Amino acid sequence: MAELAAAGGGLETEVMTINIGPHHPATHGVLRLVVDLEGEIVRDLRPVIGYVHTGIEKSCEDKSYWKVIPFVERMDYVSYFFQMEAFCGAVERLVGLEIPARAKYLRTIFLELNRIHSHLVWLGTTALDLGAVSMLWYCFRERDRILDLFEMATGQRMHTRYFQVGGVIEDIPRGFEAKLRQFVADMPVRVGQYQDLLDRNEVFLSRTKNTGIVSRERLLQLGVTGPLLRAAGEPWDLRKAFDYLAYPELDFKVPVGTVGDNYDRYRVRVAEMIESVRIIEQALDGLPEGPFIADDRKYVLPPRSELSTSMESLIHHFKLVTEGYRVEAGEVYYAIESPRGELGCFVLADGSAKPARVHIRDASFVNLQAFKDMSVGSYVADMICSLGMLDPILGGVDR
Amino acid sequence: MPDGPGLELIRGEIEQDHPGAVLETSFDREQAALVVDPAQVVAVLSWLRDAPGQGYRFLSSLHAADYYPAEPRFGIHYELLNRDRVERIRVKAMLREPATAGPVGAGDPPPLPVAKASSGAVPPAPPPADEALPEIDSCVELFPTAEFQEREVFDFFGIVFKGHPDMTRILLPDDYVGWPQRRDFPIGGEPVTFTYNEANYG
Repeated sequence: MAELAAAGGGLETEVMTINIGPHHPATHGVLRLVVDLEGEIVRDLRPVIGYVHTGIEKSCEDKSYWKVIPFVERMDYVSYFFQMEAFCGAVERLVGLEIPARAKYLRTIFLELNRIHSHLVWLGTTALDLGAVSMLWYCFRERDRILDLFEMATGQRMHTRYFQVGGVIEDIPRGFEAKLRQFVADMPVRVGQYQDLLDRNEVFLSRTKNTGIVSRERLLQLGVTGPLLRAAGEPWDLRKAFDYLAYPELDFKVPVGTVGDNYDRYRVRVAEMIESVRIIEQALDGLPEGPFIADDRKYVLPPRSELSTSMESLIHHFKLVTEGYRVEAGEVYYAIESPRGELGCFVLADGSAKPARVHIRDASFVNLQAFKDMSVGSYVADMICSLGMLDPILGGVDR
Repeated sequence: MPDGPGLELIRGEIEQDHPGAVLETSFDREQAALVVDPAQVVAVLSWLRDAPGQGYRFLSSLHAADYYPAEPRFGIHYELLNRDRVERIRVKAMLREPATAGPVGAGDPPPLPVAKASSGAVPPAPPPADEALPEIDSCVELFPTAEFQEREVFDFFGIVFKGHPDMTRILLPDDYVGWPQRRDFPIGGEPVTFTYNEANYG
């Protein structure tokens, strides 16, 4: 009997290694976790990634610059406008192309719409993990309105290929502004509803408050950026720090948290949605008239109407579509603030019409390193919560 | 960004502490870069991080590029960021491919392998097991964020980071052969079998 009791006592402290994923609804994609558990406490954790690696960076090396755009969009499939902006911005810096003011504003509007879209997907799926099933439907209802707006302006709901080197492919259509204004007017009300649903929900609060805390110093060491870092009290936002697109001309705040727990991460993202709405509102008010794409025939397709009247335009069009444009040798790293943090694009040009290297510094990939710090020593249930709040998009992690 | 003269000042100061560490500076398209001696890269990074008045404490990105057929062909890029002054600086370490068993002339690039496999999809010949890989010191101690990124560089370029706690492939399968982001890696396809019948009777 004593032996049995000792064996039973021994069982409680035995460390068991279990596998979660790669196909598991709570891993937000194909993420595999190898977790060492002692009872219900996580003692060690190893993320195993690469299940959706598709070699996009390698494929980009075999495409002319303008054909790379749809490839990079497909990395992080929830924030495609950001990838387009990172790549197009990097190439514009390589060739020294200034984009027109209207294009800057249009890009800003679409980036911020995409940020709201990305945060809505995050909020819906994470709340679903925590048992708040109805949140998914509310969030995806608004997400659908954003996708409708994307479809109206670009013809596609996802992977829109809307940004071009030099500006945007088309001006916004008639009626788009009214529809967007209606959305902008509704969205703060909706966000208020989400907060009402979650902020006084006992289950949600007890699962998010004081879980997954990582100190701000540790996050900085781990290279974590975006809402995760801001939730820990560090007001670092590339939109404020660096001068790109229309952000310097717009008035918006950078929400920060205090404790750095999962609840702060939720609060920061929800507040960011409101700030994005304000940015869109101002950008619509201040949207300048004028061209939406740069007038440089060496890099930008000539307008369709010119092709039947101008031989020169036809030649430019032919050259751009067949070979593409050549970019003088050089390298550029251009980083923007994506919904998940610093999204950098490194482009190496070797003088030919194809990039010699395209690398995306994806925020999810780097942020995932903080997951161990967030989870070790906590319960399995808190680990699932932390993973949701980390908001990794595995398409971006694996590329 | 430090401007051109600012970059030269930084170079001068590094020269005092680590003579010979900076091989070259470049200021191109508003981006400042220091090309450093690969043997001293960790010393330079730690100087940039800790020396008074520098404070490049945040490593934004670590990635590699293959400059083939130029020699030295591999470039490891460290994108450092000073968040107080909002300045970026790029540190670049250029690595040679270690001489393999075959007699390769000093200036000559190694012979080009077949660039594209035919539609028959011939898999690339596996490299010899004792393939010599370029090596550089790991900066994980200095910047813990580099852990995944160094593994990624190893995975795609076959560059070994000495002192890294877990130098294994990260995105590709562990049994993958070859370093696909190298510019001389043959592209064109590998045979993929989708069904049991295809594998056994196809």
